[in-house]
Amino acid sequence: MPTIYIDNKPFDVKTGKNLLEACLSLGLDLPYFCWHPAMGSIGACRQCAVKVFKDEEDTRGRIVMSCMEGVKDGLRVSINDETAKAFRSQVVEWLMTNHPHDCPVCDEGGSCHLQDMTVMTGHNYRRYEFKKRTYTNQYLGPLINHEMNRCIQCYRCVRFYKDYAGGKDLNVFSAHNHVYFGREKEGILQSPYSGNLAEVCPTGVFTDKTLKEHYTRKWDLTNAPSVCQHCSLGCNVIAGERYGQLRNIVNRYNGEVNGYFLCDKGRFGYEFVNSENRITQPLIRNQTIEATTHDKLIQHVGKLVSGHTLIGIGSPRASLESNYALLELVGKENFYQGIPDDLAYVEQKIVDVLQSGAIHTPSLKEIEQADAVLILGEDIWNTASVMALAVRQSVMKTAANHTTEQIPLPSWHDMAIKELVQETKGFLANMTVLPSQLDEIAATSMRAAPDDLARLGFAIAHILNPSLPEVPDAGEMINTQATIISKALQQAKHPVIITGTSCWSNALIRAAFDIAAALNGGLAFVLPECNSLGLAMMRAPSFDKAAAHVQQTTNTTAIILENDLYRCIPAIEADAFFSRCKNIIVLDTLHNRTTERAHVLIPAATFAEADGTFVNNEARAQRSSQVFMPANKVIRESFKWLSDIKALQTTAGNGHERHPDDLLLALENRFPQFAGINKVAPPHNFRIHGARIPRESHRYSGRTAITANMAVSEPKPLQDDDSSLSYTMEGYRGLPPAPLIPFFWSPGWNSGQSVNKYQQEVGGMLKGGDPGIRLFEQTTTLPTFYRDVPEAFVPRPDRWMLLPQYHLFGSGELSVYTAGIASLSSGPYISLSKQDAERSHVKDGDMVSVKTDGKTYTFPLSIQESLPDGIVLLPAGLRGMDALSWGSWVNISTEIV
Amino acid sequence: MERPLTSNIYPDRPPLNLKEYEKAGGYIALRKACSGMSPAALQKLVQDSNLKGRGGAGFNTGIKWSLVPMGDEAPHPKYLIANADEMEPGTFKDRVLLEGNPHQLIEGMILAAYAIQADIAYVFLRWAYHEAAALLRKSIQEAYDAGYLGKDILGSGFHLDMHLHTGVGRYMCGEETALLNALEGKRATPRAKPPFPQVSGLFGKPTIVNNVETLCCIPHIVNNGADWFKGLSYSEDGGTKLYGVSGKVKKPGAWELPMGITMRELIEEHAGGMKSGFQLKGVLPGGASTDFLTVQHLDIKLDYKSVAAAGSRLGTGTMIVMDDGTCPVGFVHNLQHFFAQESCGWCTPCREGLPWVEKILLAMEKGEGRKEDLELLQMHTQLLGPGNTFCALAPGAMEPLQSALKYFRDDFEKHIDHKKCPYD
Repeated sequence: MPTIYIDNKPFDVKTGKNLLEACLSLGLDLPYFCWHPAMGSIGACRQCAVKVFKDEEDTRGRIVMSCMEGVKDGLRVSINDETAKAFRSQVVEWLMTNHPHDCPVCDEGGSCHLQDMTVMTGHNYRRYEFKKRTYTNQYLGPLINHEMNRCIQCYRCVRFYKDYAGGKDLNVFSAHNHVYFGREKEGILQSPYSGNLAEVCPTGVFTDKTLKEHYTRKWDLTNAPSVCQHCSLGCNVIAGERYGQLRNIVNRYNGEVNGYFLCDKGRFGYEFVNSENRITQPLIRNQTIEATTHDKLIQHVGKLVSGHTLIGIGSPRASLESNYALLELVGKENFYQGIPDDLAYVEQKIVDVLQSGAIHTPSLKEIEQADAVLILGEDIWNTASVMALAVRQSVMKTAANHTTEQIPLPSWHDMAIKELVQETKGFLANMTVLPSQLDEIAATSMRAAPDDLARLGFAIAHILNPSLPEVPDAGEMINTQATIISKALQQAKHPVIITGTSCWSNALIRAAFDIAAALNGGLAFVLPECNSLGLAMMRAPSFDKAAAHVQQTTNTTAIILENDLYRCIPAIEADAFFSRCKNIIVLDTLHNRTTERAHVLIPAATFAEADGTFVNNEARAQRSSQVFMPANKVIRESFKWLSDIKALQTTAGNGHERHPDDLLLALENRFPQFAGINKVAPPHNFRIHGARIPRESHRYSGRTAITANMAVSEPKPLQDDDSSLSYTMEGYRGLPPAPLIPFFWSPGWNSGQSVNKYQQEVGGMLKGGDPGIRLFEQTTTLPTFYRDVPEAFVPRPDRWMLLPQYHLFGSGELSVYTAGIASLSSGPYISLSKQDAERSHVKDGDMVSVKTDGKTYTFPLSIQESLPDGIVLLPAGLRGMDALSWGSWVNISTEIV
Repeated sequence: MERPLTSNIYPDRPPLNLKEYEKAGGYIALRKACSGMSPAALQKLVQDSNLKGRGGAGFNTGIKWSLVPMGDEAPHPKYLIANADEMEPGTFKDRVLLEGNPHQLIEGMILAAYAIQADIAYVFLRWAYHEAAALLRKSIQEAYDAGYLGKDILGSGFHLDMHLHTGVGRYMCGEETALLNALEGKRATPRAKPPFPQVSGLFGKPTIVNNVETLCCIPHIVNNGADWFKGLSYSEDGGTKLYGVSGKVKKPGAWELPMGITMRELIEEHAGGMKSGFQLKGVLPGGASTDFLTVQHLDIKLDYKSVAAAGSRLGTGTMIVMDDGTCPVGFVHNLQHFFAQESCGWCTPCREGLPWVEKILLAMEKGEGRKEDLELLQMHTQLLGPGNTFCALAPGAMEPLQSALKYFRDDFEKHIDHKKCPYD
């Protein structure tokens, strides 16, 4: 470990870091702009200047940029040197020559890195008296706002957008002091990671347009650590509220999961919380709809649950607490997963694999660090967007590591590495039904039906471990690909296989397992919803079993938890189920087709209004904390409603309210696979020096006036009995435990860049460890190979296999409540291969009908060049689109309607 | 007096074609190298000749080459690039060589490529040199047809392809790493060094970028030896030098002269002295990005060391003479306008500092200067120094300004005091 001397004090620092990283990791303040912990150094902004000295004798020293200087033992450096300080202050003065002096009307104000750095360098008096340079702003779509006059030309935006995330439509134009960052023509930003521009931009050029709709300064937000609800990756987010409205989502750094970046669905898809479509009243539906009160509702529900056969339908998007509370209420034998049998079967395979301990499932960070990646059948670009970003990093980093083995360069030196690496890429095989942008960085790609992809997987496994069965009649394409891929995987030190549920194919899961087990490599899964794995781990029967159950009874009261069954169960089957239920009780947040069927409708809290624990795709349990308590007291966490109902059943009824901690403990006691989950976050009675962790910053304004329209006296702060976070500005001001970080702030660091102060070293894990409890780790268990190679996919003359097509924007149930996301969502269409379209004499845009699940769906045709023949795709999950029997064989009619 | 670089250049007739060039001794050096001279021996020869880079930095060419990885393990393709982006204001020496004897450059490039075992050579040519472009295209083709380029050159087993690339007119591309980025089709922003282009250059491969004049010296060194080359010079730097003079002198032009002649000899004898009615006030000895020298420096030797000792740089060796009827503030403003415009916009001090300097100087010219402006200018000359900026552009831009503030300070003060330009 090298020792460096900073202003004559010795410090031990980590090898391979640059001086800026070393200083920041030591907790020292050194201003910077262009360097980014995830993107490395380019030496452009010249803000992080320090002085280095040859030796103890050297008193003159020379100015260097700390981001471009590696640490080495004995290095003598001064941050406080007057020349270095004067230069840093001058850099800000230069940047400020053209910067607008209107912080009060800038969205960035109060969380602006430029403000922070300006104050840090001490520059305050303007000497430049000439006209400022001005630019024209661009319309960049519904999510990101553009104000180029605020630009300080740090190049972070294009480095993130193009280099890090692979976007093509944001660029740097012009030269000298007219350098311009934007699109060639104004228009919607095409990258699904565009929202990160708002965080990587150190000033107010790129800001969150959804926040602008209901703008609040960072210091005025009530925040809580949350977990993204829009896919199975469980990215950590900070959600902010004011006036009972969720105002924004920003990244919450978790070194093992999302790191510094989110996808746009996760960042902007929060508006459903504020939707007019929220269920705001308990309803008891008889002939007419009847809004009711909490007490009357409970009374009524009490009648429905006693003396009836009770069944509960759980939800892959509800928290473990709520699912478990439902299970407790109805009894384990009457609790069902609210997902179809085929999907439940695939998910069960995943749980089996993980629980067996035979393989390691990597975190997103580990996927970034993989040196060969095989994607088998999962469209991660659309179903797990941030995982696609991690795969891109793996491809880039592998290439960098490989080339810097020959010509040593420090890993932080992004500029030199890019020049050296050029177009070289690490190994990625993208073997999927449909093409995606990942093909651009893939060494090899293949389009095939799920069973053929599984056959490819088994063929790879056979090469890796010849004792595994050979794939009969594999054919040239599979053999060639299997040879290429197995070779790359064998050469890799950290290979990762990615598969998932989106093809509804358990053959894919088995094939991926056999490869990973043969390699002893990582195996990552993608599941449909934010708590799919958590629910699957409860090992309850599928919806189909519930449907079969109600066929045999006439007296069933069904309780449906936060689950629009019509989104995953074909309408005929859902209708049949509901018509067999005597009483239907639905708890949910938004009105939907399922809530329409409810006899009793109970308003549930969204993730922002509830504490809850979710299990992500790597079986990492993570706590999402309540951001705000709805003013409307009948909107409550489902687990609280369910506990109240449960209390009716027990004569004791001791009134003891159940906290998430209690429910998790009970869950863990009941199901050993959840062992350790109650440690997911500190308990609700956790205090530091007797103090809670405040959700509000100490600069939170208006507390005494915020409810003055109702009563002039300041109300008592809300009491949170479920967590150790408080609804006040007061409380512990030091670093909270990592799972309880409500917002990032540090003295002098008002922007999100203050995350440096929360990390053990910049870009490393959070102090105290990254949040989340991984429920399954690899053990010494030997793998039991599946060995069951499926038959090859054979197109049928007049039938097509129906498969789902996913869209990052559009397939999600909740995210489309954000108007911007809805406007970027695709309309429904039908996809066929080029050859199938020709054979059927239809062309792009012709109306085509698919008959399935008792209905005919007629949409315009979209020909997919590389789609395998014999497959028809319909978009999954679009608003208003029924759930279909994916994987079944369907008829197509091409008669022009 | 020998003039190896220009002896076959005649202003009144077209340049030598391949036949004529061969007749005048052309490609003999290449034949010599190809018949048994090892790349290492060629590198050593050039190193011994003490040929220093003629683009302005004055680094020993042979040593520069020796940093290229050689041998079977070396990455390929390796690149040799002729920097013909001559964009330095007041500099026109490479143009003489490009338009006057293109085969001399091509032969020099093939030799240099041979010395580093490059596979591909590029001429990165200033956009405005249309005549040179046409000549180079023709001459490269002639060299291919004669077997001097392409596969197995002169039976040596050495292959080399050569391409002409014309720039779009950015000063920045004269900086070798920005040139590499431009050649890769990227923005012409400089790269960080290390790693140096010799290790990670064009497309991440080992690359040498040499100035046109530097490369033109190579055939003559190969033909005549290192000692002969050193003997051409009046100083410790080897060879002759193309010197140029522009400004209000009687005979502006460019001449090949022994390295190390005095400034007085150059201006008074070769350029014919000042036009009548004009006195010499200052000289930028090596292009717009060098410090002013004045009358007191006329007797210094024009070689790298002596000019540096006088507080400036030999640079390209093509000087701009400023006379006593030209306003130094306006003169420097003109230069700063150029540099501010040519800043690539990569680093803050250059991108934001140069336009500020330019605006201050313009304000002074308009009579709107303030006393504090002198401090601001002075501050910029200090803070836009080497190491503070990403590349040498802004430090270069500050050289004429800092020396103007030193030698012509009263001119600046008069602008402020009189609220107008005293030369108007």
